Amino acid sequence: MSEVEETLKRIQSHRGVQGTIVVNSEGIPIRTTLDNSTTVQYAGLIHQLAQKARSTVRELDPQNDLTFLRIRSKKNEIMCAPGNEYILLVIQTPDAS
Amino acid sequence: MPPKAPVKGKQSISTGADMPRRRTTRIREGDDMTDLGDGTDADDWSQAKTLEKPSDQLQLSEQDLKEEFTRILTANNPHAPQNIVRYSFKEKQYKQTSSVDQLAIHFSLDGNMLHKESDEAKRQKGKLGLAEASSDQAVSEAGEGAGAAEEGEGDKQEAAEERADDAATPAPTDKRKLTNQFNYSERASQTYNNPYRERGTATEPPPRATFAGNVTQWEIYDAYLEDFEKQEKSKEKKTIPGRKEEEKTRKKLTITETQSDDISRVSSASKIVERMVNQNTYDDVAQDFRYWEDVSDDYRDQEGTLLPLWRFSHDKAKKLAVSSLCWNPKYNDLFAASFGSYDFMKQGTGLILFNSLKNPSYPEHVFETDSGVMCLDVHPEHPYQIAAGFYDGSVAVFNVVEKKDGPVHRCTAKNGKHTDPVWQVRWQKDDSDNNMNFYSISSDGRIVHWTIVKNEMIYQDVIKLTIPDASAEGPDGIKVPTLGCGTAFDFHKQKDYLFLVGTEEGKVHVCSKAYTSHFIDSIDAHNMAVYKVAWNYFHSKLYITCSADWNVKIWEMGSKIDKNTDGTESPERKPLFSFDLNNSVGDVAWAPYSSTVFAAVTADGKVYVYDLNVNKYEPICEQMVAQKKKTKLTHIEFNPVHPIIIVGDDRGNVTSLKLSPNLRKVPKEKKGQPPMDASQKQQYELTKLEKILAMVREPTESNAAN
Repeated sequence: MSEVEETLKRIQSHRGVQGTIVVNSEGIPIRTTLDNSTTVQYAGLIHQLAQKARSTVRELDPQNDLTFLRIRSKKNEIMCAPGNEYILLVIQTPDAS
Repeated sequence: MPPKAPVKGKQSISTGADMPRRRTTRIREGDDMTDLGDGTDADDWSQAKTLEKPSDQLQLSEQDLKEEFTRILTANNPHAPQNIVRYSFKEKQYKQTSSVDQLAIHFSLDGNMLHKESDEAKRQKGKLGLAEASSDQAVSEAGEGAGAAEEGEGDKQEAAEERADDAATPAPTDKRKLTNQFNYSERASQTYNNPYRERGTATEPPPRATFAGNVTQWEIYDAYLEDFEKQEKSKEKKTIPGRKEEEKTRKKLTITETQSDDISRVSSASKIVERMVNQNTYDDVAQDFRYWEDVSDDYRDQEGTLLPLWRFSHDKAKKLAVSSLCWNPKYNDLFAASFGSYDFMKQGTGLILFNSLKNPSYPEHVFETDSGVMCLDVHPEHPYQIAAGFYDGSVAVFNVVEKKDGPVHRCTAKNGKHTDPVWQVRWQKDDSDNNMNFYSISSDGRIVHWTIVKNEMIYQDVIKLTIPDASAEGPDGIKVPTLGCGTAFDFHKQKDYLFLVGTEEGKVHVCSKAYTSHFIDSIDAHNMAVYKVAWNYFHSKLYITCSADWNVKIWEMGSKIDKNTDGTESPERKPLFSFDLNNSVGDVAWAPYSSTVFAAVTADGKVYVYDLNVNKYEPICEQMVAQKKKTKLTHIEFNPVHPIIIVGDDRGNVTSLKLSPNLRKVPKEKKGQPPMDASQKQQYELTKLEKILAMVREPTESNAAN
């Protein structure tokens, strides 16, 4: 098992982590631990948001780039890390006990 | 002139003025009977006409042929359009116009009409008649020859003069022969009008595509950057044609890289996310690390506490002891820990882990080794280079950046391997050739200098820890010099050549790299093995030692040496301070932020923190850190920046602890004064320590005097 697979597995095993999704550059989920409909919804929406966020950062300073985006909501936290062409999404409920 | 010409001229004379008229009629006949062709001229070969019928022609009887069809000719123009529509503004719609102009004009010519009797007409007539007559004459005379023409012209002029005089006389008209107009029939025919036909073809339209896109500043920037890289590459190619093969292999490599598993593209992203997930899970700890200050310190006067933060443990390290700890000099959240076993009977594998405070649940890097790792050191300038010493006596260099499971270099029995466990390794400044080099100390009594030259490690024995008095007797009664067992060393912070060596016999030697045969000084510091020697960060002559004999001692180098040279050697050279911790002291460390603070760990699981400035006899903090009673603490290290320490135990756990405010007192900044810079701080720390040392030195000197 590759290093990345192991890391993803560890992330998934963490307390409160609801799911991990890997989204490609077109917003299509290529790997997920969630059910289909939720995955598609998260992938489509967050992908757009991440692109917008990246565009904003780049627009302010072309030499800069987005490395991480986290959205804290009442219920959970959506963490979004753009890798090369792919985006890794993790949904975590922080206070889940 | 051709001979026939005069004949023609005669003819023309005989026929007179009607000649051109006839010619025209003949042409007309020809026009009408085109089907006959030039039959008139070719009568001799033409045959009788036969009617040819198409085979499918309708056969009609006589009666049918006689049948009359009446055709009514109307004045309608067949080409006039019948469906012209015009827009009627009145009714606001297109309306067909009923009246269509049926008039078709085939030819029109504008002409002038004059009254026959008018002067103008007469004048014109006269002119016209004259002209005609003269032209006739000219034609007839022209045929006779060029010579006659001249005469004719003269006649003509004369005649014109005469006629102009009596214009009314009809003399010239008599001369003219009028053609019999009834002898000619005018026939006209209309050729078939080709029906109008419109024909068009549509070519295939050029392919179209809609293209839309936003151009942002950064996209332009990226494009430029890409282009720039391309240019650089092409330049490189031009300059180094000999390296094609290398490039090819490189290309192959990049191809394989890009073709590798899709999921590996998120490798860096997954690491970030893992840290973030950890931050969420250990949110309270992270908050404590950053913000929590023990309020109770204010009421406790001088004493402080340690707040446990993250605990680092790894499955593979469960049964191993932490043998050394080292913070990364570049990344303040990263530390390296080596794992081995101190138990002679339970030797096994070793482990090197790199843990980050940002990810307490899993190490960043893992190196597994076949022998227990007893010590390691991170290179201060190249923080990816790790030197490690093993229980089997070998030393090795690991590289964190290279994706390699094993060491980059490792010595073998052939090239200078120690014969006993290596207890400490320490990187040195790069030598004059910029080669990395480090020292190692082992219980075989050797201190070895390792230099990494290209792909090799070259060793050099620096010193052998001989014991001058004791020598073991060999089997033949030969006295064999015994070697001391080195357990710890430390290099002076400023003077490169100076270093301290602690031995298993409890001695501390002050050594120099320049003298390989003997020590500058030698002290009987402890009764049992010295586990650690360490120079003070601020004071250049002060060092601390700890030992299995339960003691931590602080020494000053220098003044004692003078006495030594005097010959008045006092074997009982005393430490400036001595602290009894009631158990074997595994490790001691100076605090990087204060000259008077140090911390020690003991085998009964306690951490002691002292501040000489506050209390010269008692620790200001004594705290049980190990979770289980029997757990021994083995090593301790201060973070160079953050107010935390990491403590390793013999069960493979590393615990990070936050120092309460009382344990890290720094000089108070006076109001209105700018904050102290680094040199001022150092000076302050030095004077603070000197003050205490002065107090300690005096009584000993007075004692000595007594």
